[in-house]
Amino acid sequence: MTEYEAVIGIETHVELQTNSKMFCGCAVDFNAEANTVVCPVCLALPGALPVPNASAIDGILSIGAALSCELVEHSLFHRKNYFYPDLPKNYQISQYDVPLCADGHIDIVADGEPFRIGITRVHMEEDTGKSTHIGDDGRIRAASHSLLDFNRAGVPLVEIVTEPDIRTAEQARVYGAELQMIVRTLGVSDARLEEGSMRFDVNVSLRPVGQEEFGTRTEVKNVNSLRSMYRAIEFEIARQTEVLDSGGTIVQETRHWNEDSQRTTSMRSKEDSEDYRYFQEPDLLPLHIDAAWSARVYAAIPELPAIRRSRYLETGIDMVTAGVMVADAGLGELFDAAVASGADPKQAANWITGEVVANLRRTERQLADLPLSAEHLTQLDEMVSAGSLSATAAKDVLGGVMDGEGSPEQVAQSRDLLQISDTGALTTEVNTVLADNEDAVDKMRSGDMKPLGFLVGQVMKATGGKADPRMVSELIRNSVKE
Amino acid sequence: MSDLADLSITSAHELLDSGETSSSELLDAVLKRAGITESHLHAYLTIDKAGAAEAAARADERIAAGDGAQMTGIPIALKDNMVTKGVETTCSSKILSGWIPPYDGTAVSRLKEVDAVTVGKTNLDEFAMGSSTENSAYGVTRNPWDTERVPGGSSGGSAAVVAAGSAFAALGSDTGGSVRQPAALCGVVGLKPTYGLVSRYGLIAFASSLDQIGPITRSVEDAVVVLEAIAGHDVMDATSYRGAVPDFRAGLSAGVAGLRVGVAAELLRDDMQPEVLAATRKMVDQLSDAGAAVRQVSLPSVEYALSAYYLIAPAEASANLARFDGVRYGLRVDGETTEEMMARTRAEGFGPEVIRRILLGTYALSAGYYDAFYGQAQRVRTLVRRDFAAAYENVDVLVSPTSPTTAFSVGEKSTDPIAMYYSDVCTIPSNLSGDPAISVPIGLDDAGLPIGFQVMAPSLGEPVLFQAAAEIERLADFTARPRLATSEVT
Amino acid sequence: MPVEIDIAKVAKLARLALNDEQLASYGEQLGAILEHAERVQAMATDDVEPTSHPLAMTNSFRADVVIPSLDRDEVLSQAPDSVEGQFAVPRILE
Ligand SMILES: [Mg+2]
Ligand SMILES: [Zn+2]
Repeated sequence: MTEYEAVIGIETHVELQTNSKMFCGCAVDFNAEANTVVCPVCLALPGALPVPNASAIDGILSIGAALSCELVEHSLFHRKNYFYPDLPKNYQISQYDVPLCADGHIDIVADGEPFRIGITRVHMEEDTGKSTHIGDDGRIRAASHSLLDFNRAGVPLVEIVTEPDIRTAEQARVYGAELQMIVRTLGVSDARLEEGSMRFDVNVSLRPVGQEEFGTRTEVKNVNSLRSMYRAIEFEIARQTEVLDSGGTIVQETRHWNEDSQRTTSMRSKEDSEDYRYFQEPDLLPLHIDAAWSARVYAAIPELPAIRRSRYLETGIDMVTAGVMVADAGLGELFDAAVASGADPKQAANWITGEVVANLRRTERQLADLPLSAEHLTQLDEMVSAGSLSATAAKDVLGGVMDGEGSPEQVAQSRDLLQISDTGALTTEVNTVLADNEDAVDKMRSGDMKPLGFLVGQVMKATGGKADPRMVSELIRNSVKE
Repeated sequence: MSDLADLSITSAHELLDSGETSSSELLDAVLKRAGITESHLHAYLTIDKAGAAEAAARADERIAAGDGAQMTGIPIALKDNMVTKGVETTCSSKILSGWIPPYDGTAVSRLKEVDAVTVGKTNLDEFAMGSSTENSAYGVTRNPWDTERVPGGSSGGSAAVVAAGSAFAALGSDTGGSVRQPAALCGVVGLKPTYGLVSRYGLIAFASSLDQIGPITRSVEDAVVVLEAIAGHDVMDATSYRGAVPDFRAGLSAGVAGLRVGVAAELLRDDMQPEVLAATRKMVDQLSDAGAAVRQVSLPSVEYALSAYYLIAPAEASANLARFDGVRYGLRVDGETTEEMMARTRAEGFGPEVIRRILLGTYALSAGYYDAFYGQAQRVRTLVRRDFAAAYENVDVLVSPTSPTTAFSVGEKSTDPIAMYYSDVCTIPSNLSGDPAISVPIGLDDAGLPIGFQVMAPSLGEPVLFQAAAEIERLADFTARPRLATSEVT
Repeated sequence: MPVEIDIAKVAKLARLALNDEQLASYGEQLGAILEHAERVQAMATDDVEPTSHPLAMTNSFRADVVIPSLDRDEVLSQAPDSVEGQFAVPRILE
C-alpha cells in the first residue's frame, strides 16, 4: 500500500464590516429586506461606476499586516469575467497579478507541533448577491426557478490564500480558528462562519510520501464551520486514498460539502476550465500605498492573538486557559486589567474561564452586561490570600458580584461568608472547646486521631461556620501535641 | 436667420437675460423645428415635451429672479446613451427597450441644476458602436445637409439636431471620434474634452478608458459654455479629474499669432477625399498667414492606432456589456435555464455590430491571445502617447482633417466594417492618448457637404485648443446652413 | 491571412446564443478584422509598458459613508420578472 501525504491549501473569504459597500454608498446590512440596500452601482444599472471605499482598503491592509504580508506599494484592480445571475455586472471587480498584500505567513500550533503556513496573497474584491432556489427543498438542480437578492452584492470581500503548506485536517482547523481570531481582533469583520461572513474553500490533493510534485486537487466549497472543514478534509483524504489505491485517478473538480450526509459530492468538473479574461479595471485608478499609509496601518494593529497567547503562557497559565482568553477578546481584557491591578494571574484566569464563562452561558448575557470589574477580581483574590474567604466561598462571592449584589466585600458580608482567620481569636475559641472536651483530647494525646474531626466541628459550630477549618485543625493538632 | 431656433447659445442667453425672449419661446421654436425636420432626419428617439416645458418654466422663473446661468433655459439634446431619470434610455438597443432609469447621470444632473432644458434623447449607433448612426435598433438618422447621407456617428442624432436647429446644443460621447466625426459631417462644432474632465457617471459605457462626454454646438464659444456647465470633479466617477478646471475662455479672442501649430503627415494621407485634403491645407495656410508658426511633425505609431483601438475598445466593451443579461432590466428572451435565457436575450437584444465587437473583445482577452492582442494593443497605446508627448515639445496644437471624407451615403459602408472603421482614423489617436480635440467646420465639398477641421492639444490643454479653434472659426467664416434648417423646407 | 478563431467557444464565453450560420458569418468577419488588428504585433514593443488608462492619477476613493439606496418597487418595476421583492430567473444550471 502506498502511503500518502495530503497537501492542503485554503482560500478564505472574509466580508468586511464597513458602514457602506465596497464601491457604492449602500449600507452593509444583512438584516435588511431583500433588495432594499441596492443602488445603480451595486445593481450594475447601465452607466453606473464603482468608487472604492477607503475604509475597506484600510481593513484589508490591516489583515495583510497582521499576516506578516508585504503591503504592496503599487496595486491594481482587475475585472474577473464570468456570467452568473447573482453577479450583477457579470464580472467581479477583484485583484489579479498585483494584490494589495503578498508573501506573508502565520504560525500555529497543531497536534502539539508549532507550524508555519505561508500566505500567498490577500486581495480585495466584492461579494455577489444571494440566490435562492425554489421548487425542491432549495436544491439547485431540481429548482424550477431562482430568486435573487442583491443586498450582499458589492459588500467588501477580502480573499486570503495560503500556500499549499497544510498537511492535516487539524492544522487546517487551527489555521481557520486562528485566522478568525485575528480578523475579529482587528475589528474588521465579525467573521461568522455560520452566517457566511467568513467562508472557506479548501483544496486537497494527495501525493505519495516522499514525492515532490503535487497530485491532482479537488476544491471543496460550502464549508461553513471549523468542524465541517476538519471533516471535509478527512473525508476527501479518505476518498482520494480509496480512488488512488483502487488504481483510479483524481478528477480536478469542485466538490460540495454536504452537512447532512457528511460527504463531499461533485459539483462540476474543471474540464471546461473557466477563462476569466482578467484585465485591468478601467473604471478604477491604480492604488498607491505609500510609506505613510503603511505606517498608519501598522500603528493601528492591536495586540494579535499569537502575541497575547505567548504573553499569557509566560504568566504560568496553561495553554487551554490561555486559549479561552485569546479567543474572546473581552475575557482577555478583563484578565489583563485584573492582573494589572494586582490579582494573581492563575487565580484570575481560573475565575474568568470558570465561573465567569459559566455565568455568561447560563444567564445568556454579554460580558459587558456583567456588573463585574477587574478590581472586583483583584479584591476577591486579596481576600482569599488573606484567608478571610475560603476558595469555595470565593466562588459564591463571585457569583453574588455577577448577580449585582455589590463588591466582593459587600457580598461576603451580606452572605456572611467571611472567615475568622485571626489566629488570636481562633485560639481562644479552640481552647474553650478543648477545655470542654477533655476525653477527646486525651484520646488524641494517646495517639487516636479520630476525635479531630469532632473537635474541628465543635469549633466551627462555636464560630458559626466562619472559621478557616484548615487553620482550626492546625491549632487543635498543635495544642494537643503540647 | 430670424428664427430663434438658429441662435447660438450665447446670443440666446443675451435675449433671455434682457427679457426679449423666454425659455418657453426657445423651446417652442426648437420643437417647431423638430416638427418639420424629424420626419426627414429621425434624429430624436424621444422628445420629452412635458418634461421640457416644465424645465423651461422653471428656467423662466429663475431668469426672472435674476439667477440665470449661461445654460439656464437653453434647449439641449442628450445622446440616448446618457441616463435620464424617468425618461426612457435605450442606447439605441433593443436590449434596453423601455428602460426607465431611476437616476440621472452626472452631466445630465449638472445641466438640470442650472435649469437647462432637455428636449429629448438622440439616436446613436447602438451602444455608440459605429460611425454612421445606421447601427441603431430604432432606425437610421439622416444628415440634414443631404438626407441620402449619414450624419456620421455614433453621436449622429446629436450632431443632426444641432445642425438642423431642433436643439441649441447636444451632448454626445466620444470613444473613437463619435462626437467629432458626426460634428464634421453635419457642419457643427464637436469637442472631445480631456479624458476625466467630464464625469462618465451615467454614461452607458462603451470603452471605459476611452469614453468621454462632449458638447456638439453651432459655435466654438457655445462649446465652451456647455463644457463649463458639465466639467469638473465628480465623486461618483473614480476616473474623474481631481484638479482645478482650467479657464476655457483664457485664449478665446487671443488669435494665433505665435501659436505653434503642428501638421502630422500621418494624418494627411493621399487616400483621403481630395476636397478634404485641400480644405485642410488651405486652413493651415490661413493659420500661417494669421501668424501661427506651422511646422511638420511626425506621429509614426499613429499608423497602428486604429488597429490598437479595435482591440482595446471591444475588449473593454465585452465586459461593459456583460451586464445586459435579462435579469434586472431591459429585454428578456425566455429560456429553460438562466444560462439559456441570458444567451438568447443577448443574441436577440444586441445588433450585429455590437455582437461583432463583443466577440472580438472576448477573443482578444481570452486565454492564449491576451498578450498578442490586448496586451500588445496597450503597448501601442503607450507609443501613441509618446508620439504625442514628443510632438507637443515643439508645438502647442496639432491639426488634421476630422474625417477622411465628408458625409457618405446611407448603406455605403454598412456592409464593410473595416471601411467604416477607417472613418475614425484621425480621431482615434486622441482617445488613445486621452487628450482633448475639437472639430470645427471650415467649408463645403463639391457636393455641398461640410468639411471638419480637427485641432488637438495636450492633456488639459482646452484653453489653447479653444484659442486655436476660435481663430479657425473666424478664418473659415462658415455660415452655410443645411437645407433642412432653412425656409426651403419650412 | 485572416485569423482562424474558435468562434463557438468565444460565443459561449460571451453568452451569445448564435446559430451555426451566424457563427460562421461572425467567424469570417472577425477573422478579417483581426487580420488588420494583428498589425499591432508588428510593432517592437519589448521595452514598452502597456497603457491601461490615460490618467496619471492614483487612489480615488470615497469615504465610508452610507447614502440612501433605491426604492425597491422602482427597481423591480424594471425587472423582466420578480417575485415578492426579489428578481426571478429560470432555474440556474450549476
Ligand atoms: Mg475570490
Ligand atoms: Zn449600492
